[in-house]
Amino acid sequence: MSWLYDIDWAEVWYVTVQLLNGFKMTLGLFFLTLIFSLPLGLVFSFGTMSKIKPLRYLVKGFVYIIRGTPLLLQLMIIVYLPGIAFGMPLTRWAIFGGNVSAAYFFGALAAFIINYACYFSEIYRGGIESIAKGQYEAGQVLGMTKSQIFFKVILMQVIKNILPPIANETITLVKDTALARTVSVMEILFMANEILMLKQLIWPLFYTGVFYLLFNALVTWIFGKLEAKLSYYKV
Amino acid sequence: MPILEVENFTKSFGDVNVLKGIDFTLEKGEVLAIIGSSGSGKTTLLRCLNFLETPDGGRMRVNGETLFDAEEHKKLSDKEIRMRRLHFGLVFQSFNLFPQYTVLKNITLASELLENERLKGENAGREKRNRVMEGIRDHAMELLATVGLTEKAESYPCQLSGGQCQRVAIARALALSPDILCFDEPTSALDPELTGEVLRVIRGLKSSDRTMIVVTHEMAFAKGVADKVIYMADGVIEEIGTPDQVFNHPQSEKTRSFLNAGQQFQF
Ligand SMILES: Nc1ncnc2c1ncn2[C@@H]1O[C@H](COP(=O)(O)OP(=O)(O)OP(=O)(O)O)[C@@H](O)[C@H]1O
Ligand SMILES: [Mg+2]
Repeated sequence: MSWLYDIDWAEVWYVTVQLLNGFKMTLGLFFLTLIFSLPLGLVFSFGTMSKIKPLRYLVKGFVYIIRGTPLLLQLMIIVYLPGIAFGMPLTRWAIFGGNVSAAYFFGALAAFIINYACYFSEIYRGGIESIAKGQYEAGQVLGMTKSQIFFKVILMQVIKNILPPIANETITLVKDTALARTVSVMEILFMANEILMLKQLIWPLFYTGVFYLLFNALVTWIFGKLEAKLSYYKV
Repeated sequence: MPILEVENFTKSFGDVNVLKGIDFTLEKGEVLAIIGSSGSGKTTLLRCLNFLETPDGGRMRVNGETLFDAEEHKKLSDKEIRMRRLHFGLVFQSFNLFPQYTVLKNITLASELLENERLKGENAGREKRNRVMEGIRDHAMELLATVGLTEKAESYPCQLSGGQCQRVAIARALALSPDILCFDEPTSALDPELTGEVLRVIRGLKSSDRTMIVVTHEMAFAKGVADKVIYMADGVIEEIGTPDQVFNHPQSEKTRSFLNAGQQFQF
């Protein structure tokens, strides 16, 4: 066990604290993105299915553009466009009160929310359109209102149908948060890179990978539980 | 006074005329069987009665009250249509049970929603609400007994056979006590050995205060249970009368050839 004596425990402690600090940012970005993009996606999906033609095409076009371009590009545009095109860089916006890292964080968050809302909206649309017409008609002939039919009859079936693709997107989101590093958000990969540059240490990169793996294991487990909970019925 | 009067229903999809002027009346407690070849407009007629389709022309009265008049229909609010369609119930060929709810909840859901709406309107207290909900449950259990599925109350639709699903769908349609209960080929989606149990339930529902319209390919059922038979062809009523009149003494050539064609398949 002599190798144990070769480990620089002070260094391990330092790296752990740095990575945990970064991981807090990662988690913040992850949860805030989910909380806002899941409902926003539903709004978008209603837009893409709207009976009002101009609205439908507008939302569809928007979703197409967001899904058809790299998230990285959208991040750069949202974070740098206000400064370069309008002379109003995010970092000087009054709401951020001079807090530069908050400005970058919320800029990146906005890009993530919009991007994921578009992906979720397509998943919702597929889920809603997969429900047989007969379910709506059964509700109608029983005198239910449109909103009763949606919330009491359709929604639970949609949720069951879309849980697997939502789980997929969520796992992708865990990993996509690393892109925020490119716009100066100090998430975990940003921190690992700092350590690499300053201390010439490579092992923290593997350590970082473990953070992602453990967190995704948790996400996978939660979705597994949810799917099991809904397995009592078949759509 | 007839419970149902349908006058000159017409309906086209694009340039296909599916209903070309349908007229008939039905007395309270009567069972009407509608037969006819595929594409003759039987389903469309039932869907018009249930406000799932809007006829292009015509009128309909239930108990003397005008429920549909093509001239005035556009002015009706969603809520008004919702209330009017409650005069009818519809049992679908493909059951359309709600998969996420138990059998019992499938039957009570619509009544609960309607009663909640009403109770909210009159600001009823919790106690009254509980009493009403209990009444709905009791009624649902009675209906389950009627269709012979008491022990399946807590099962989910995916745990039932097709025949059992259809019997639940019948109980669900009865829960709102419609004046007229419609069935669209209630046994067509079933394996042959399961049609009997469903037809027996429908036969058992026949009573002086239950009016039913059954679209069916089961000629024996139409002969044995119906008080009135309509033979539809190409969007018109080709023949209407008692089972004896339609099956044994058909007036029209079309009816005769339809019935003869059917006979070839009855071994
Ligand atoms: N929503 C619709 N859009 C266009 N055409 C329709 C629609 N619904 C029905 N039709 C057409 O109307 C005609 C009558 O259909 P309907 O379903 O009423 O026939 P049916 O008598 O019930 O036949 P089956 O015995 O096969 O059930 C058919 O030609 C059908 O293609
Ligand atoms: Mg049909």
